[in-house]
Amino acid sequence: MTVASERDDLRTYYDRPVLKEPTWRFWIPSYFFVGGAAAGSSLLAAGADAIGDARLGRAARVTALAAIGGGSVALVADLGRPERFHHMLRVFRPSSPMNVGSWLLAAYGPAVGVAALSNLTGRAPVLGRLATWSAAALAPAIATYTGVLVADTAVPAWHEARTVMPALFAAGAAASAGGIAAAVVPDSAPARRLAVGGVAAETALSSALEKLLPDDVGAAYTDGRAARLRRAAMRLSVAGAALCTGGVGTRGGRARRMRTRLGGVAIVLGAVAERFAVVEAGRASARDPRATIGPQRRGIDGSVTGLAAP
Amino acid sequence: MVDAAPARVGFFTDTTLCIGCKACEVACKEWNDVPADGFDFLGLSYDNTGELSADTWRHVAFVEQVVPEASASEPGLRWLMSSDVCKHCTHAACLDVCPTGAIFRTEFDTVVVQADVCNGCGYCVAACPFGVIGQRKHDGRAWKCTMCYDRLHGGLEPACAKACPTASIQFGPLDELRLRARERVGELHERGVSSARLYLDNDDDGVGGAGAFFLLLDEPEVYGLPPDPVVTTRDLASTWRAAAASGAALLAGVALAFMRGRR
Repeated sequence: MTVASERDDLRTYYDRPVLKEPTWRFWIPSYFFVGGAAAGSSLLAAGADAIGDARLGRAARVTALAAIGGGSVALVADLGRPERFHHMLRVFRPSSPMNVGSWLLAAYGPAVGVAALSNLTGRAPVLGRLATWSAAALAPAIATYTGVLVADTAVPAWHEARTVMPALFAAGAAASAGGIAAAVVPDSAPARRLAVGGVAAETALSSALEKLLPDDVGAAYTDGRAARLRRAAMRLSVAGAALCTGGVGTRGGRARRMRTRLGGVAIVLGAVAERFAVVEAGRASARDPRATIGPQRRGIDGSVTGLAAP
Repeated sequence: MVDAAPARVGFFTDTTLCIGCKACEVACKEWNDVPADGFDFLGLSYDNTGELSADTWRHVAFVEQVVPEASASEPGLRWLMSSDVCKHCTHAACLDVCPTGAIFRTEFDTVVVQADVCNGCGYCVAACPFGVIGQRKHDGRAWKCTMCYDRLHGGLEPACAKACPTASIQFGPLDELRLRARERVGELHERGVSSARLYLDNDDDGVGGAGAFFLLLDEPEVYGLPPDPVVTTRDLASTWRAAAASGAALLAGVALAFMRGRR
């Protein structure tokens, strides 16, 4: 960053953006949230089966189905040509995280559906169990591919954060699924733990992201709407985690359940805000020619003068 | 039809020859039937086009500069004009990230969007390091320069190059254009124009060289071009590795949450 200060005379074309702002509307950050919530819930469902918690198992399965169903609608709704949504599966293209994600969803969605329907109707238990474990096996990929997707763009606030982005989305998935499960089944300790653990990881990664980025790129997260959303996300998540952990030893009480439910809802809202903050930061970063030109110029000047860090 | 694959073709835009007439913008619009993009007065010198987009496939930039006395043979005001276009990158991010296969590489080594396949997901828009491709409103699909794919099939040069009255836009086999461009830079340097440099002519750059490259008189960012663009998919493998580690951590976290008991 010593090199940066030598170049505050950054030159632009009438301060106009170099990049195009992502065209994605509110559907996409919404999908990032519900996709993560579904993935986390699928893992919770498998875990609930493993310890024999039927209430958590059902809640998690239904949550996963509702989330991924809604998420699929959101993804189609955001397309410029929604009637051509199936073109996503026209090819297999490993260089496109969106294509890889579409194939993942094509396998994951039906598994989630079978798992939930089998659980609700009590029919085809073997198939249901198979579907539950298949969904859980795909869940880590569903929770993290969206982080790869945003990082695989020219948007500096996303691309430069590529080492952290998948982890941030995984943490958000844990917080979202844990928060929903805690709100629905407040007596489940694993749900509360996942929610609180997710919040802890999300908070740590969000501040790691800020430290990782050079000032001109990081500004997208620390200024404007993205900053306000991140502050809201932080407050809601931490307050929610406090509500979920508070009052240890007074288990089983009505007040305690109510607090946990409230905490779960706050954590979920925090996770939503965090997803919107990341997308908003990307937009701001694409609009800002400094975020595009600054790091590239430092790279060139560094390699010429030999000042570049290895 | 041709027997062998044709040689890679491209644009060499020599901005020292550009007079800012915008014939390229008009010819492109006419030939490709590109819709209007608004009658905006931007107040940026003579540039009222602003940027490349779904509805603008050639954009002439106008840069007004005061030349420092020490560095110029002719001190005073200098006007840089440059006709920008899709770069038809060797490693094209838009093509790499396109989930439908709508964006493909042609037999001329150009990069073209198939309008009948594109479903308007917008991924290419966020991936292009030059901000070239855009989503067309009320249409929903992504559009950009095709290097006049239809004209190339007919053995014609693209409409912009055809219309350019000063040969600022030169079309031809990329190898030939690169040779010609290097000669031209040498000639300009000899004449004392030391700021002349080529942009995107090198196969070793972040996009593997481009099908459309430029002779500039100042740093690329002055013209609104990224100084060191990189195809985002260069870092895709390492990003997937980060995702794999994160996914494993998520699994471990869930396992931990269950291992400590249900209450």
